[in-house]
Amino acid sequence: MTFTQQLITIGMVILGTVLTRFLPFLIFPAGKPTPKYIQYIGKFLPSAVFGLLVVYCLRNINLFSGSHGVPELLSIALVAVLHLWKGQMLLSIAAGTVCYMLLVQFVF
Amino acid sequence: MKKAPSDRAVRRAALCAFPYTIPILAGFLFLGITYGIYMNASGFSFLYPMFMSLTIFAGSVEFVAVSLLLGSFNPIQALAVTLMLNARHLFYGISMLDKFRGLGWKRIYLIFGMCDETFSINYAAAIPEDIDRGWFMFFVTLFNHIYWFAGATLGGLFGSLIRFSTEGLDFVMTAMFTVIFLDQWKKESQHLSSLLGLGLSLLCLVLFGADGFLIPAMLLILALLSLLRNTLEKGEQTP
Repeated sequence: MTFTQQLITIGMVILGTVLTRFLPFLIFPAGKPTPKYIQYIGKFLPSAVFGLLVVYCLRNINLFSGSHGVPELLSIALVAVLHLWKGQMLLSIAAGTVCYMLLVQFVF
Repeated sequence: MKKAPSDRAVRRAALCAFPYTIPILAGFLFLGITYGIYMNASGFSFLYPMFMSLTIFAGSVEFVAVSLLLGSFNPIQALAVTLMLNARHLFYGISMLDKFRGLGWKRIYLIFGMCDETFSINYAAAIPEDIDRGWFMFFVTLFNHIYWFAGATLGGLFGSLIRFSTEGLDFVMTAMFTVIFLDQWKKESQHLSSLLGLGLSLLCLVLFGADGFLIPAMLLILALLSLLRNTLEKGEQTP
C-alpha cells in the first residue's frame, strides 16, 4: 500500500466509526420529539447492551481447552460478590483484576 | 435559563469525573500500549498509532485496522468491516438521545468520543445534582481519549523496550462492564432486558462464534425488545 492508500484506508475507518456514532443523532435530531418506539428502545436497551458488552469481553474464552475459562469465571464471581456486598466500583474492579492476573500468571 | 458555568464549576466537574475514569486509565493505558506495540511490531512508525488513536478512538476497530493496512488496498472492505464492528454504537446513540440534549458544542465531542467505556460511564454514573452534567460527561470522554492516545503513542514509541509482567491486566475492562451491568441490575425494577442481553449474546456466541456473534446478537436483542414492548412498559408502571 502506498502512503495515500494508507491514508484512505484510515479515513474509511474514521468515516465508519463516526457514522455509527452520529447516525442516531442525525435521524432523531434534538429539535424534534423522538418517536415513542425509539424512546422505549432507548430506555430498555442499555441493560441489554451492558450484558452484551460483558459477553463481548469474554468472547475469546475457550471452554474446551487451555484454562477452560475458569480464571474468568472465578474473577467475575469475585467482582459480583464484592460489588453486591460493598458496592464500591473501584474496589470491585481492582480486586477482580488482581485476582485474574494472579490466576493467569501463577495458577493456570 | 442556566447561567454559563464558572471556571470553578468546570473544575469541579473535572474532579468529580476523574475517579469514574480510573479503571479506564488502567485499562486504556494497557490496551493502548499493547496496540502501539502491535503497530510497532507490524512495521509502522509511532505516528500511526498516535494519529489513529486520536482520530478513530474505537479500540477494537483500531486493532483490526492494522490488518487492513497490512492487506491489499480495499477501502470499501475497510468501511464495511468498520460499520459491522461498530454497529453497537448505534445502540449507544439511541440510549443517549435524551441525555445529550441541550449541551451545545460539547454534544459533538461527546458523540465523537463515545466508545464502549465512555458510553457506559456516561450512561450509568449517578452525577451529583450540583455538578454540571455536560462538563462531567465532557471530561469523562476527554480523560478516556487522553488515556487511549497516551497509551497508543507510548506503545508505538517504546514498544520494543517494554518488559511485560502485566498479563491479564486487560481484565480490568471485563470487570468494569460487569460492575456497570450489576449497577444497572440494582437500579431496574425488572431484569428482563438485562437477562435478554446476557442470554441472547451468549446464545449467538455459541451459534456464530467470537468473530460473528455481535450483529446477530444485536438484531435478536432489538427484535425481542420490540416484541416484549407491552410487557416491559406495563412492568414499569406497576413497581
